[in-house]
Amino acid sequence: MEKTTYNFKEVMSKSERLAPGHRMCAGCGGTITVRAVLRALEEGDRAVIGNATGCLEVSSFMYPYTAYEDSYIHNAFENAGATLSGVETAYHVLKKKGKIKENFKFITFGGDGGTYDIGFQSLSGAMERGHDMVYVCYDNGAYMNTGTQRSSATPQYADTTTTPAGSVSAGKVQVRKDLAAIMAEHHIPYVGQSTFTSNFKDLYTKAQKAIYTPGAAFLNVMSPCPRGWGYEPSEMMNICKLAVETCYWPMFEVIEGKWILNYEPKNKLPIEEFLKPQRRFKHLFQKENEQLIGKFQEEINRRWEELKNRCSL
Amino acid sequence: MAVRERLSGNEAVAYAIKQVNPDVMPAFPITPSTEIPQYVANYIANGEIDTEFIHVESEHSAMSATIGASAAGARAITATSSCGMALMWEELYVAASNRLPIVLALVNRALSGPININADHSDSMGARDSGWIQIYAESNQEVYDNFIQAFPIAEDKRVHLPVMVCQDGFITSHGVENILLVEDDKVKRFVGAYEPEHYLLNETERMALGPYAVSNYYMETKRAQREAMINAREVILETASRFEEMTGRKYGFFEEYQMEDAEYAVVIIGSAAGTCKAAIEEIRATTGKKVGLIKIRVFRPFPEEEIAKALSKVKAVAILDRSEMFAATSGPLGAEVRAAMYQAHSTAEVVNYFYGLGGRDITVSDFKSVYDNLETIARTHVVTGMYEYIGLRSTQSEEV
Amino acid sequence: MASDKIYDRIHEQSPWQEITEGNKIFEAATSKDFCTGEWRTATPEWVADRCKQCLLCTPVCPDSSIPVTAGKRTDFDYDHCKGCGICAKVCPFGAISMREGK
Repeated sequence: MEKTTYNFKEVMSKSERLAPGHRMCAGCGGTITVRAVLRALEEGDRAVIGNATGCLEVSSFMYPYTAYEDSYIHNAFENAGATLSGVETAYHVLKKKGKIKENFKFITFGGDGGTYDIGFQSLSGAMERGHDMVYVCYDNGAYMNTGTQRSSATPQYADTTTTPAGSVSAGKVQVRKDLAAIMAEHHIPYVGQSTFTSNFKDLYTKAQKAIYTPGAAFLNVMSPCPRGWGYEPSEMMNICKLAVETCYWPMFEVIEGKWILNYEPKNKLPIEEFLKPQRRFKHLFQKENEQLIGKFQEEINRRWEELKNRCSL
Repeated sequence: MAVRERLSGNEAVAYAIKQVNPDVMPAFPITPSTEIPQYVANYIANGEIDTEFIHVESEHSAMSATIGASAAGARAITATSSCGMALMWEELYVAASNRLPIVLALVNRALSGPININADHSDSMGARDSGWIQIYAESNQEVYDNFIQAFPIAEDKRVHLPVMVCQDGFITSHGVENILLVEDDKVKRFVGAYEPEHYLLNETERMALGPYAVSNYYMETKRAQREAMINAREVILETASRFEEMTGRKYGFFEEYQMEDAEYAVVIIGSAAGTCKAAIEEIRATTGKKVGLIKIRVFRPFPEEEIAKALSKVKAVAILDRSEMFAATSGPLGAEVRAAMYQAHSTAEVVNYFYGLGGRDITVSDFKSVYDNLETIARTHVVTGMYEYIGLRSTQSEEV
Repeated sequence: MASDKIYDRIHEQSPWQEITEGNKIFEAATSKDFCTGEWRTATPEWVADRCKQCLLCTPVCPDSSIPVTAGKRTDFDYDHCKGCGICAKVCPFGAISMREGK
């Protein structure tokens, strides 16, 4: 099922499944993720799109304006996994009873708040039960819809509205939860972690595998938020590149339990390169906080080695 | 021919589920409703029905998945009790406001804390504002009959609201009674095939559900939801009358027991009505006093005018609540019945009792003292024990 | 004849009887009828003769505002482009320039 060729022009010519007119901020990474994932659907296939409450939901389906070319369901913040598992089960019954003939695919989107935190149980349940669906986390590392509060996906030291940097605080205390690894431990057939690369091949092929591998699949997609992270909206692709080249955001997949590292930078960049352009890490560049960058780097290194070990490298 | 069986309330619901053969049932175990999904899982394991069971990891997910399945175009049901329904709280509102015809078998049980597994109505009474139709039962037969009627009510185009079919934990859910089962083919015909018009998996349209609606839309949305609840009144009665044609068993918003000439009435919900009826028979046989009972079957929509009318000739009424609402005044049924009577300019004296919380027994002699008290109040017009408890241990003689 | 535009059928002055049941919408992509182009404070301009049709600008648009047909992009959808400028930054050929204002 794996396509070996990736024809960028052909892929970009596929019909658009996320309509414009939604109210996401200018330069939002969330809708770039949605577009990229839905592009991997085959043209003839129908889909039901699920969505946890969050920026994407309140912006892409403001009554009566839906941005989706497919059928869509939003239920609440913490239950995108369970909700879509109900839709997917209904599909199997109705198909079995001959009431539906077309093929449907099931893809749900949640931000990191709705996925790592409040929706974690519902996600875990849906994955464990093995519904034929894809859960896509568009990870922007905080509760952006409510105004950049810390989540368990927020990187250490990030200045958020609930972990503000201050005279005795250097931002978030804890390190990020590794959700993709936790999902892999559910022993589901496919887990992928990705972000945006110039021709989107990595994300496209992962989305394709996630959608067309039978059973439960999870995709974790770093989707930068210019407002919450504090960078110029036009800098999106540069931020993504730095996240990958510093190994802050490793690109990997876990297929049937086999860990595969998809990209290894030739010259791993120091983490400062990723931190520097973002307002949320500005305080780390004050003299008294300099050792924290070193700690950040140590954590990156430790996790990178751990990932390479998992990938038998 | 109807089949005579000896079944518990849970078995009766499960049997009705088997006859209806719904498409999807997500459920999570919780005492005392656990047996319902267990029986259904057995039917599935033995190929007796083709319902898909979703082994959700919580009741919140149970209702979430039920909503997903219903929105997708499936006939979807679930079952729960007590804290399980409390965990569904948010989703109860979503189900109703999304106008999904879900049927929930609720086995009433006290809410925590302290943790308690026995019957009271704090779970469903707490959910009384969620937009669900609520139908209660006295006996296993009624649970079974109500459950079958729930589908045509919920799925009627004029309604499209979820229905909660309630029974008292352990008392009916685990108590075995003689029950008349309707034949499978009759149930199937009565309930009908589920043919929704709009649903996510509809091949001829795209549907989007669950928007963010700004304040310019929210109030109008709620008014439209109210209309469905208003319409539910006639649909509930029409469905009951169709059911009566099929079985000979008559249902309405409530049952009036010995009310034709009653001077003293009790208003109650659920299984304790049976005990009250025994007390009525004994009082009428031994004293000739004119005592009667109104047993509420449909609490949502609330049959306000009908109740007021049924109570229009009595001298005194005792409204019995099997749940607290901590208004430091009445219980939920007390408040609503009293409001109905006020609106109808009733001059009857009214008292409100709390009883049976967390499974506390209520006996025939308890009901006898309630009727005695009503008689005294009617004679003296001095209302003592406006908010009284039945079976409460106390160092003071009277509650306030 | 009923209007094609969703806002002519359901809008903020609609009486409750005209609100769709359960706020469901029975058609796709009605957001196209909402103009987000108004938000722009900067505007991308496509310099067609510099464009090599590499299409690198198209997947980075958060607003699906760079239409592609048969492997070729056309001009911006100014009804919806919010002017974030990601496309201009990724263009290897300088075929997208940003100017101030709408």
